[in-house]
Amino acid sequence: MDETGAPAMQTIADEVLIAKIAKGDRSAMEALFTRYRVRVFKFVLRMVRNEAIAEELNSDVFLDVWRQAGTFEGRSAVSTWIFSIARFKALNALQRRGEEELDDDKADAIEDDADDPETVLAKKDKAAVLRQCLVELSAEHREIVNLIYYQHKSVEEVSGIVGIPEATVKTRMFYARKKLSELLAERGIERGWP
Amino acid sequence: MNPTNHTASGREPSEIELLLPWYAAGTLSRREQAEVEAALANDPELVRRLEWVRTEFAQEIYINEEAASPPDSDVKALFAKIDALPAQRTIVSTTAATSLADRIAEFFAALSPRALAWSAAAAALAIVLQAGVIAGIMFKEKSTPGYETASVQPGVTGDGAYVLIRFQPQATSADIASFLAANKLSIVEGPSGGELYRVRVAATKLAKPELMDIVKKLQDDKVIGFIAATE
Repeated sequence: MDETGAPAMQTIADEVLIAKIAKGDRSAMEALFTRYRVRVFKFVLRMVRNEAIAEELNSDVFLDVWRQAGTFEGRSAVSTWIFSIARFKALNALQRRGEEELDDDKADAIEDDADDPETVLAKKDKAAVLRQCLVELSAEHREIVNLIYYQHKSVEEVSGIVGIPEATVKTRMFYARKKLSELLAERGIERGWP
Repeated sequence: MNPTNHTASGREPSEIELLLPWYAAGTLSRREQAEVEAALANDPELVRRLEWVRTEFAQEIYINEEAASPPDSDVKALFAKIDALPAQRTIVSTTAATSLADRIAEFFAALSPRALAWSAAAAALAIVLQAGVIAGIMFKEKSTPGYETASVQPGVTGDGAYVLIRFQPQATSADIASFLAANKLSIVEGPSGGELYRVRVAATKLAKPELMDIVKKLQDDKVIGFIAATE
């Protein structure tokens, strides 16, 4: 609080927290973790589709932040750096487990309430079909869709996280959406191009 | 600006069409946003495609909001891993985001991360009006025990009617406070990973058509980036 009793209008910048973390400041680490834990968890979960693995990866991401804070050079935003660590770890986890096992996870996720009559009705709903198609996208496409729609990342930020040029970010999203159209078409929903 | 006249047979998309996902998410620069809006004004096909983008956008949010959240014990798990590292630098600070003011600022940083350069005096007054709710929400986000308020019980929404809202990145705290007050709304939970807030629109449960009417009424407000009915 300031002298008038009004709350301070300045949040502690991510970069300041990182500088403190580099010196071993646990409170700064906790503050940064609190700020990003949900976002990073949801991103990783969308990639690996397994809660236990996502939980483990989430703490591994911030363990890396703790260990590498001293090497952070500020060439990108802190959030871009954190998400790029998360992405790297999620992709490694995907490679380790192999697509076959992950396909089982995907099926589990989709069939959670498959025999529920309400679900049968819901699946006739266009939105429910679209959700199923979003779940079925490849990891590369899930990642970009999540970063843009859910994580609210700009073209530039996605470029920094994924490590591809901005033009490629735009076309990759376009092809993710095109794939979505194909999956929808397989279920009888035609939306044209893409 | 080329109008959109692609067919399913495979023309390359226009630059404007490539930008539609970011337009729907509100993450374009002002210049690009104006370019997309100009194209939309003259291209009904592009408008139709934008509707699909918005549908995808809403469903991706739905998937993530329905998905699990990290457990409250995750901070302990993290520090257990940190403590297991070979001995290295560790200090305990009282300066990093530990004061009430810092936590309130944290809340608003999450509210609108790209936009908020505060106009202090007016914003401060508006923020204080919401302080009870805000403090509760912030403390809910804290993963360590020790902060609880009577105003918000984490994860408990009780009776009532609720919507999910993501505010426009450009919305100021004053805009949001004024929107909440004018419509008699209360934030009860959030922000989630997608910067979404669960907002109570009525003290009692409403029939779906009635709730959808409220959603339609609120969605035109300038502070709203995304809104959907929820349980």
